[in-house]
Amino acid sequence: MDVNVVDVRHVSRCFGGHVALDDVSFSVARGEILGVIGRSGAGKSSLLRCLGALDRPDTGQILIEGQDITTLPQAQLVPLRRRIGFVFQHFNLLSSRTVAGNVSLPLEIAGVPRAQRQERIASLLALVGLAPHGDKWPAQLSGGQKQRVGIARALANDPALLLCDEATSALDPETTTAILDLLAEINRELGLTIILITHEMDVIRRIATHLVVLDQGRIVENAPTLAIMGAATQSTVTQALLSETQPQVPPALRARLVAEPAPDGWAIIRLRLAGEAAWQPLLSLLGQQYDVEATVLQGGTTEIAGQPFADQIVSITGYCTEIHDFLLQFDPSLKVLGHVPADH
Amino acid sequence: MSRLIIDLIARATWETTIMVACSGLLAVLGGLPLALLMVAMRRGGLMPCPPAARLLGLVVDILRAIPFIILLVILIPVTRMIVGTSLGTAAAIVPLSLAAIPYFARIAEVSLRAVDPNLVDAVHAMGGTRWMIVRHVLIPEALPGLVAGFTVTLITLTGASAMAGAVGAGGLGDLAIRYGYQRFNTQVMSLVVLVLIVFVAIIQAAGNALSNHLRHD
Repeated sequence: MDVNVVDVRHVSRCFGGHVALDDVSFSVARGEILGVIGRSGAGKSSLLRCLGALDRPDTGQILIEGQDITTLPQAQLVPLRRRIGFVFQHFNLLSSRTVAGNVSLPLEIAGVPRAQRQERIASLLALVGLAPHGDKWPAQLSGGQKQRVGIARALANDPALLLCDEATSALDPETTTAILDLLAEINRELGLTIILITHEMDVIRRIATHLVVLDQGRIVENAPTLAIMGAATQSTVTQALLSETQPQVPPALRARLVAEPAPDGWAIIRLRLAGEAAWQPLLSLLGQQYDVEATVLQGGTTEIAGQPFADQIVSITGYCTEIHDFLLQFDPSLKVLGHVPADH
Repeated sequence: MSRLIIDLIARATWETTIMVACSGLLAVLGGLPLALLMVAMRRGGLMPCPPAARLLGLVVDILRAIPFIILLVILIPVTRMIVGTSLGTAAAIVPLSLAAIPYFARIAEVSLRAVDPNLVDAVHAMGGTRWMIVRHVLIPEALPGLVAGFTVTLITLTGASAMAGAVGAGGLGDLAIRYGYQRFNTQVMSLVVLVLIVFVAIIQAAGNALSNHLRHD
């Protein structure tokens, strides 16, 4: 049996003379969380509309659970859309319905009998932590609570795929964390496949297991998140997107950076360690072995897709080829950013 | 004040109520589908067909452009055909409805257009059909505005029904003209105006209360 929930094959889409999607291919396995990132205008929304069967690509195929949705007649797209859950940036809740009423709507659309609906709504609201709020109106809820209703609604018909369109972009950082945790929990517990469309790298870092980077309608990266974050070379687009969440050389120091090593000076390097290496006391090891001083200027160790990942700006005294080779064993992507001459 | 005058005013108020209620009902039955069509056939609507939307808009505007007093006269043959007579309360409902349908259609169109298109998109993405979108999104979301618009329509109809009174429709307008104006009876005239003020105030208050009750944002 085909394990891929989504298979996108050579999909292109044009609007007038503008190419929104250009030969895009990727697949998403069951239970994966795929992050799709790109700047505005990169083709994210076009891709999302095609995946949600709201728009047809000009060429190429999109298979959802093995079924090609690009050739389905319009009438069969309507029931297919019920297999895909949508979570929106601005929640898109009906103000004329209560919280329970909003969650009920996709069930009513799918023709679920009333008695079953009540049961399903109760369990969905419990899942997203809104059990006592069923009778409230959307206007009475906070942004985070509204998005929880949006998620409950998207899950109502047991979708094969959950599409999140900038689902946390309208939320404050704390609420963003809570919503991402909820999505990760749903992914774990229901084994639900999720595609997250976003322009925020931080969202991807936290929960996406795989990452697709879009630029001008083309895919520039398509790999597990950790592999892209730790890769020695990244496309310029990816670098630009990553830089917002990556540690940077402090500006005061950056002004003093020179290309050539200076005697008694410091070398400034970027050190990235994925997996177990991230936990090792590498810098103290370095200090002991080579009798140098190493200090973390920026960054630390976080988790990406459940794996430890360290991304640090480090200053080292007495930097030499031996040290460089030693560090290269742990970080093939090691980069010397420059040198700071000693103060005299 | 004589018993006769009170009876006259009571009967006229009842006739006005009937005329306004019936033509108001017909205004919704005719105007709401028209408004839905105009909204749905717009560019980017549920079933886009801009030329048809423009044509419909033109017909609505033409009907609205005809002064009501002229419409009353033009419609006399039609009214005779439908009701059997061009005189009386029942006969007045025909021109009143025909004036109110395009009026309410335009007001309802504004409310329906104000519904967030993202909500339509959301229900579309959920697998909702066009009819489901109309039933679960457009009408319920626009309902507070539709009720407010209906209130305005009823009050406009109250004014128009007085004009219809001038050509023998009965009701408060008829009473004011025949007894108040033509017989110089200031007492009847003042009473009729007073009743009309209360009549309009009640409609407005009820409309506001219902609209607010339905509004949850």
